[in-house]
Amino acid sequence: MAKHQIDYLSSGGLPIALTTVDKLVNWGRSNSLWFLTYGLACCAIEMMASGGGRFDFDRLGTIFRASPRQAEVMCIAGTVSKKHAPFVRRLYDQMAEPKWVISMGSCANTGGLFNTYATVQGVDRIIPVDIYLPGCAPRPDTLIYAAMMLQRKIRSEPMNRKISAKRFV
Amino acid sequence: MFRPYTPKGDVQKKPYHTDRFYVPKEIAQEPITDEIVKDDLEKLERAIGDTKSFFMRNEAIVYVPAPKNKEALALLRSLGYEQLMELSAIDYLATRGELEVFYELLSAVKNRRLRLKVVIKEKEAIESVADMWRSANWSERECYDMFGVIFNNHPRLSRILMPDDWNGHPLLRSYPLQGDEFARWYEVDKIYGKEFREKIGEENRDPARVDRNDTRNFARLGYEVGVGEAPKDEITPIKYVEKRSIVLYDDFDPQKQKVLDKRK
Repeated sequence: MAKHQIDYLSSGGLPIALTTVDKLVNWGRSNSLWFLTYGLACCAIEMMASGGGRFDFDRLGTIFRASPRQAEVMCIAGTVSKKHAPFVRRLYDQMAEPKWVISMGSCANTGGLFNTYATVQGVDRIIPVDIYLPGCAPRPDTLIYAAMMLQRKIRSEPMNRKISAKRFV
Repeated sequence: MFRPYTPKGDVQKKPYHTDRFYVPKEIAQEPITDEIVKDDLEKLERAIGDTKSFFMRNEAIVYVPAPKNKEALALLRSLGYEQLMELSAIDYLATRGELEVFYELLSAVKNRRLRLKVVIKEKEAIESVADMWRSANWSERECYDMFGVIFNNHPRLSRILMPDDWNGHPLLRSYPLQGDEFARWYEVDKIYGKEFREKIGEENRDPARVDRNDTRNFARLGYEVGVGEAPKDEITPIKYVEKRSIVLYDDFDPQKQKVLDKRK
């Protein structure tokens, strides 16, 4: 007879965690968001700052990737010119499902102050956007907040959610 | 001390500006006083002929005939103007029906600057100087891209700033700032095809626009419903809710309001 058997019931519960598959998978997904960096203009400097030591984006489990194959969040940081639009769309298409998009800053949201012939007036004209991040340019903590909002969104949706048809195609 | 009285009854009717855009005065053309530049330009006149030169704010400017641009630039280069600082065009199509292509030259040896200008018609071809100056290669491509000036014997005269399949030359003054029909649909046509134009819609060029029926991004402005109620199509009548709460004010009644035909 073991004398020193731990009394689980009196010391805070059994060493068993009950969960659902949805929650488990979403927990994993939401805590390892890998960003495809898409730095196009001044917002990219803020995005870089959020990856740096002071704001430390990594504590959310995010890692900036330069390849679309291993990234799941596309962060459009800056002005999308019309010349560049097909490449944005191509890289978005190359990302594996499930994938999300953060549109960072006024230029990516609406064209910003570039109400001109050469600028895409909102990146949602070419790719579906999950989170619009206002500001010109948004501070790193705003981007971190957007990432946290995205985590919340991912945690609240079913793991094997039907991936809805993309907005235009 | 009183300010003298001026009648202000018609102030609202008067426009602030008669000219919408400020038109600067033409800068005076002065005779060339600098001996070194004068000497060089005389040599140019003897070799090319039909040149016109003057000073403008102490900048030497010389016009040469368009077919002789390369010849003139080669001569100036041999005279010590060895650096091509800038090359571009100015659009005078609306006023004079022509474009001016200018070449900014610098002589480090003589410590002088010179601007050579060539007057051409729209889409007229001139000779490329890309083999004389490497900087001219990109500058000429940019000039072709933005103004439509064609440079003969350029190694690769294609667009450099705008996409290769772009339509129009954006720095011409006739080009609309917000783009023509082609520019407005460029990314949609290229990525999805023309048949998706209606689905994706126009670009929002009005930063103050609020779509009252857009329930996806913002509030259902004007179409508010109570909590838990289904959305509806008819406009919620806006009424001032407080009844006789303030003695001095009357209740707002939309039936009684009147829209003035003109300003009082």
